[in-house]
Amino acid sequence: MSDQPEMIRVEAVSKTFTLHNQGSVRLPVFRDVNFSVRAGEVLVLAGASGAGKSSLLRILYGNYLPSGGRIEIRHDGAMVDIASALPRTILEVRRRTLGFVSQFLRVIPRVSALDIVRDPLLARGVDAAEATERAGAMLARLNLPERLWALAPATFSGGEQQRVNIARSFVDPSPVMLIDEPTASLDARNRDVVVDLIAEARSRGSAIVGIFHDESVRERVATRWLDITHFRAAADAA
Amino acid sequence: MNALVSPNALQGTLRPILSARSVSRFYGERIGCAEVSFDLWPGEVLGIVGESGSGKSTLLRCLSGIDRPDAGEVLFEATPGADFLDIFDLPEQERRHLMRTAWGIVHQNPRDGLRMDVSAGGNVGERLMDRGDRHYGRIREAATEWLTRVEIEAARIDDRPRQFSGGMQQRLQIARVLVSNPRLVFMDEPTGGLDVSVQARLLDLLRVLVRDLGLAAIIVTHDLAVARLLTDRLMVMKDGRVVEAGLTDQVLDDPQHAYTQLLTSAVLAV
Repeated sequence: MSDQPEMIRVEAVSKTFTLHNQGSVRLPVFRDVNFSVRAGEVLVLAGASGAGKSSLLRILYGNYLPSGGRIEIRHDGAMVDIASALPRTILEVRRRTLGFVSQFLRVIPRVSALDIVRDPLLARGVDAAEATERAGAMLARLNLPERLWALAPATFSGGEQQRVNIARSFVDPSPVMLIDEPTASLDARNRDVVVDLIAEARSRGSAIVGIFHDESVRERVATRWLDITHFRAAADAA
Repeated sequence: MNALVSPNALQGTLRPILSARSVSRFYGERIGCAEVSFDLWPGEVLGIVGESGSGKSTLLRCLSGIDRPDAGEVLFEATPGADFLDIFDLPEQERRHLMRTAWGIVHQNPRDGLRMDVSAGGNVGERLMDRGDRHYGRIREAATEWLTRVEIEAARIDDRPRQFSGGMQQRLQIARVLVSNPRLVFMDEPTGGLDVSVQARLLDLLRVLVRDLGLAAIIVTHDLAVARLLTDRLMVMKDGRVVEAGLTDQVLDDPQHAYTQLLTSAVLAV
C-alpha cells in the first residue's frame, strides 16, 4: 500500500467555532490534526459523538473553514490546499477529484432520480446514452424500483432518497471520497450493496475517509482507523 | 510528484471576465456601497446577499452600468481575449450598446425589462435586431425556440406580456435576455414577487440554463435558498460593505462573520 500516492494530506488542522451572536462563545473542536491517506485506503474516523468527525470531514471538503492548518488534496497530479484555494478551484477539484457522500439528499425541484444520478457523469463529459445506462444500472443495483426513476425524489422515503444519493456518488467514484454515515437508514440488503461499492471504489484506487455508525459496516470497509478524540483533548487543553 | 501548485495557477491562462475595483457609491452623506472589489471568472455564478438597505442593489446597478460609481472602476472583457474596458470610460452610447449585447440584465419586476406593448416574439426578437440580425424568418425561429426553452408555448408568440402571469412574464424576460447570447448576466431578485411554486419552476429553469450555457452571472438576492441553488460564490453585504465572501456552501454552512451568522440562523433551513 505504501507505494500508492498520497491523495490526502492533513497538516496541523484546527477548528474552533466562534458564535458571535451567543456571547462570542468559542467552541474548540480539535487542534493539530495530522494524517494522510493513500490511494486504495479506507480511513475510518472514530470517536464519540461530538468529537468532531463530521466537522473534520466537512473541512476536508472545503465546506467548513479550518481555523488553521493545510488540507492538501491530489488533483491532476499536484497537491492543492483546500484551505486556501479560490472558490472556483475548490469547485473544479470537487467536480473531478473530491466527492462527498452525505446521508441526506438535497432535493432539487423537478429533477428526476435518474437525472440526479446521471449528472456527475455528464459533468465529466460522458455521453448522454452511456450516462443514462450507467445511472440506471446503479439505481437497479441499489434496488430502487424502476417506476421511481423518472420521478423527482421529493416524495421518496428517507431510505429511497439515501439510495439515490449513494447511486449518484458511486456511479463514477471520485479519486477522493468523503463518506458521512452512508448506511444510516438502509436495510441489511442495501447496506451490503454499499459495502461492496466502497470496496470496489477502493480497488479502483479511490482514497476514502468515512464515518460509519454501523459497527459491522465499519469493520468490513476499514483499512485504517483514526480516533480523533485525542485531538479534541488537545483543543480543550489549549 | 508532490509539488504544490498555487491554486490560481490551475486555471492557467483564463482571465476574469469582470473585475470590480474599489467600487463605491454614495447618496449624499449616506453610503450606498463602499470599496467593493472582486473578480468574476467565465462560467462563475456570484451571489450577493444581504438585507434590504445593505447596498446589494446599489452595487448591482454600478456593476451593470446603470449607475456610475463615485469611485472605483468596473472592468469588463467584452470578447474573449480582448483588453479590459473600463465601462464608465466608454461614451454613453457604447456603454448602452454593450449592455444590450454582451450583457443581460434580468430585473426583479418583469415590467422593467420587457416592452409590455410588444408581442412576446417581438420582445425576444428585438434583441437579435439590436445585434444586427435582419432576417425575419430566422429571428422568429430563434424567438420560438427561446420561448419553448423557457416553457412558454410557441402558440403564444403573438400575445402581449400583459396577458401573461407573473411567472410567465419573468420567464419571457429571461428569454429576451439570453437570446442574444450574453457573456454575463445580472439578475436582481429574479424570483422576488413570485409564488413559491412558481419560484421553484423558475429556479430550476435558471439553474439548467446557467449550467448549459456556461454563463457568468451575478445574482442579487435576499433569499439564501436561492443563493444556495444557483450560485458558486457569495458576497455578504451589510451597510454598503462586503463583510464576508467565499464558496457558497462554506459561507452558508460555516459563516465566520457575526452578521452572516445572524442571517443564516434567521432562516429555518436552507
